[in-house]
Amino acid sequence: MSAPTTDTRRTDSGTVDPSRRSFLIGSAATGLVMGFADPLQMLSAGEAHAAGRLAPTVWFDMGADGICTVHVGKAEMGQHVGTAMAQLVAEELELAWRDVRIDYPAADPKYNDPALGALVTGGSWSVNFNYDAMSRAGAAGRITLVEAAAKIMGVPAGECTAKNSRVSHAKSNKSMSYGEIVAKGKVDRTWSADDMKALKLKPVSAYTVVGQSVPQLDIPSKTDGTAKFGIDMFVPGMLYGKLKLPPVRYGATVKSVDDSAAKKVKGFVQAVTVNDPTGTTSGWVVVVANTWPAAKEAAEALKVDWDLGPNAKVSSDSLIAEAKRLQADGSKALLWVKEGDAAGALGGAKDTLEAEYITHLAIHAPLEPQNALVEPKGDTWHVYCGNQFATRSGGIAAAILGVKPEKVVMHQFVLGGGFGRRLDCDNVVAAAAAAKALNKPVKLIYSREDDMAVDYTRPLTYQKVKGGLDAAGKLIAMEHDVISSWPTARWQIPGFMADSVDKKGKLDGFAVNGSDHWYSVPNHTVRTTLNELAQGATPSGQLRSVAPAWTFWAVESFIDEAAAKAGVDPVEFRLKMLDGAGKNAKGAARLANAIRVAAGRAGWGSTELPKGSAMGFATVSSQERATATWTACVAQVTVDPKSGEVKVDKLTIAMDVGTAVNPDGVRAQIEGSALWGLSLALKEKAMLKDGRFEQTNFDSYTPARMSDVPVLDISIISNGEPARGCGEPAVTVVGPAIANAVFKAVGARVRTLPITAAAVKAAMKA
Amino acid sequence: MVALTINGRPQNVDAPDDTPLLWVIREQLKMTGTKFGCGIAQCGACTVHLNGEAVRSCQTTLKSAAGQKITTIEGLNGQHPLQRAWIEEQVPQCGYCQSGQIMQAASLLARNPDPTPQQVVEAMDGNLCRCMSYVRIQRAVLKAAGTMRNAKAGRPA
Repeated sequence: MSAPTTDTRRTDSGTVDPSRRSFLIGSAATGLVMGFADPLQMLSAGEAHAAGRLAPTVWFDMGADGICTVHVGKAEMGQHVGTAMAQLVAEELELAWRDVRIDYPAADPKYNDPALGALVTGGSWSVNFNYDAMSRAGAAGRITLVEAAAKIMGVPAGECTAKNSRVSHAKSNKSMSYGEIVAKGKVDRTWSADDMKALKLKPVSAYTVVGQSVPQLDIPSKTDGTAKFGIDMFVPGMLYGKLKLPPVRYGATVKSVDDSAAKKVKGFVQAVTVNDPTGTTSGWVVVVANTWPAAKEAAEALKVDWDLGPNAKVSSDSLIAEAKRLQADGSKALLWVKEGDAAGALGGAKDTLEAEYITHLAIHAPLEPQNALVEPKGDTWHVYCGNQFATRSGGIAAAILGVKPEKVVMHQFVLGGGFGRRLDCDNVVAAAAAAKALNKPVKLIYSREDDMAVDYTRPLTYQKVKGGLDAAGKLIAMEHDVISSWPTARWQIPGFMADSVDKKGKLDGFAVNGSDHWYSVPNHTVRTTLNELAQGATPSGQLRSVAPAWTFWAVESFIDEAAAKAGVDPVEFRLKMLDGAGKNAKGAARLANAIRVAAGRAGWGSTELPKGSAMGFATVSSQERATATWTACVAQVTVDPKSGEVKVDKLTIAMDVGTAVNPDGVRAQIEGSALWGLSLALKEKAMLKDGRFEQTNFDSYTPARMSDVPVLDISIISNGEPARGCGEPAVTVVGPAIANAVFKAVGARVRTLPITAAAVKAAMKA
Repeated sequence: MVALTINGRPQNVDAPDDTPLLWVIREQLKMTGTKFGCGIAQCGACTVHLNGEAVRSCQTTLKSAAGQKITTIEGLNGQHPLQRAWIEEQVPQCGYCQSGQIMQAASLLARNPDPTPQQVVEAMDGNLCRCMSYVRIQRAVLKAAGTMRNAKAGRPA
């Protein structure tokens, strides 16, 4: 699937074409400014200067002190994206690293992702999609500075070089620092789209900043308590909000509110029923008081009578039953992959196998609970919170506040964990409703229980896979059904939806990608079906790695089962299927190389392990085919034969990321995401019962802790190919690798995530 | 009014006796380095020191903290060997849990200057890191322990 484009700020619903942008550079009073200008807001550099403002869209500015501030339009949520962006700019700008600063400006369309046309952070897309634009911004800046310096020094620009924040002319032995050039105030150049396209960028071999593990710029403030998260924001006169939630995840409506007991709580101000035409929330009440503990006490005292709506009896079990019914019925299924004739080939296969895979609900639980401070200021509203999708959140806030989107200012903060949770903005909806009702600033803070109760979880998924082997043991047919809620379809953004292969309908490709794997299977069908019961009862979200966490769970478990059926080593079996035929050219070879690295480093096939211990293998190409990162994992586990408990001893991971902009940052992402994979495979399970999640806090929803950490052996393959995302693939590869290791260790095939000791024990007996 | 001593400074706070110390520190005194994570002592984000011992401030009432010596992340002034090790090992990702992690580790190293890796795990297991930066947390704690021992023995770091 190609990258979607969206631009929700436009009323004409047109998508933004990056090639229509022009690049502006000018000397404003404050220094050198540059950026991409949307044609609708075109200002020349001179106009931008005259208007006393920075150019309409800016990626960085530079002061007369030579300090260059890179403006990061991406959410900083632990991936150190600001440092990576700054490295890309600095590389081509020939900027000394000591001169680099970063900031995270308030939301403005001028900082839109150049490929996505919106302020959105996700999909492992940031470095991938912004690499070229940031590089070109830096290159244009360098040339501009060189030309300006040449003019000032009275030498030909073509004879000047830029390096280490200085322009030098060797022949005359003259040179100027970037700061000195900016101080002269004689920079005025507009770059056309064609100029930008024609810029010649450095070859990877000439890089001096990209590819270096420079210390992450956001880290020092995260060691002394000075980093500011959304929850750390204060404004004068602000009140506190605490949610009073209905006992179902979605679908309730408030019938009546009785605040007589709440009124007895000292500091109680008002209970505001959230009127939400966007449907983001349902049946929510915000209890406002002058402190948060008072708001909490008042919320407990408040009596609300709800109509619980249609989902009050929905459970995980009923979602699975509905998914099975939809799969058997088949009439709502939409085609995602159609190669050859899978049904026909299955009929002619020598051996067939069939399996059902389930992934249970999983909760994001970022450690910073959702929160938002909304403040009225004149005729504008200021929203303070860390968020991953400011374009959409700002639009929804405007709808709640009853103002035009330009009257809402979204302020960004570092995020206390994103993982996809902060793509949604229920926090903003509720805080805005309360602030509007009181016409006062309200800081809404979710309790952990609130945060879990209304999480946009990873969907519950049900998959059925059938496969056929020929006489030579080759997998010649695969039929794969994926049934789930559709997280991204929920947003109703047309650009994020894909056509089915036969153009019979629109589907959520982000709920099925990954199933279009790089193995050559001549007859391959994948269908996706929306589970509408789940869509209504458990509005789902993009949980770190999204669909590949469930599609590869099925694919990589199934491939292992097929290898066992064929009696072939699972690594050999995979390598044979990665023949690079047709559409799988190149990618399959890169995946095979990652497999070889991981297998070799783990000692696959050459290491003797005690009874009850074994290695399992899995490999993934998440996220999308068009943005694939090539990842392989060997999990070494020990299974307790009495309890069925699984202990992961070691994870060996190899990942081809193309170009590692900051190798230590890539490593940190792989470490964290591999442990996410472990945690989701063994520790995290949310169950829906009577329309709500049974798990309420970290005592019942239990992500991995330090004692769960195995030995990690991580190999980063950086081979000069375009940079790809590294924060998600390891989430998806670890689960099936563990399950395949469990099978190898004790013969138990577990097809449901998370893997529980009871399930292992039961499968051992079977 | 309740009299508190935080990071060596006396503070007078007007709040009910049973108010969790966390909310007093964060929202009244605006010392936001200490974080709210779960409210039930399951995540450790709110960890502060009470007379040098790591406690969960979400479960510590204002009254019980009165007259005690309270230390928050701000009280380490960015000078603690753990904080330097945190930077050297590039530990934080989102960073939200890290104040609590550092305070928990500081309490460990104060009573056990030479912990084994397993003792680090045991001491730190109550502190969740949702980004799962555990490998680096453990490495940084052990590194800081070495630095502190060297400093005490007068050896170069």
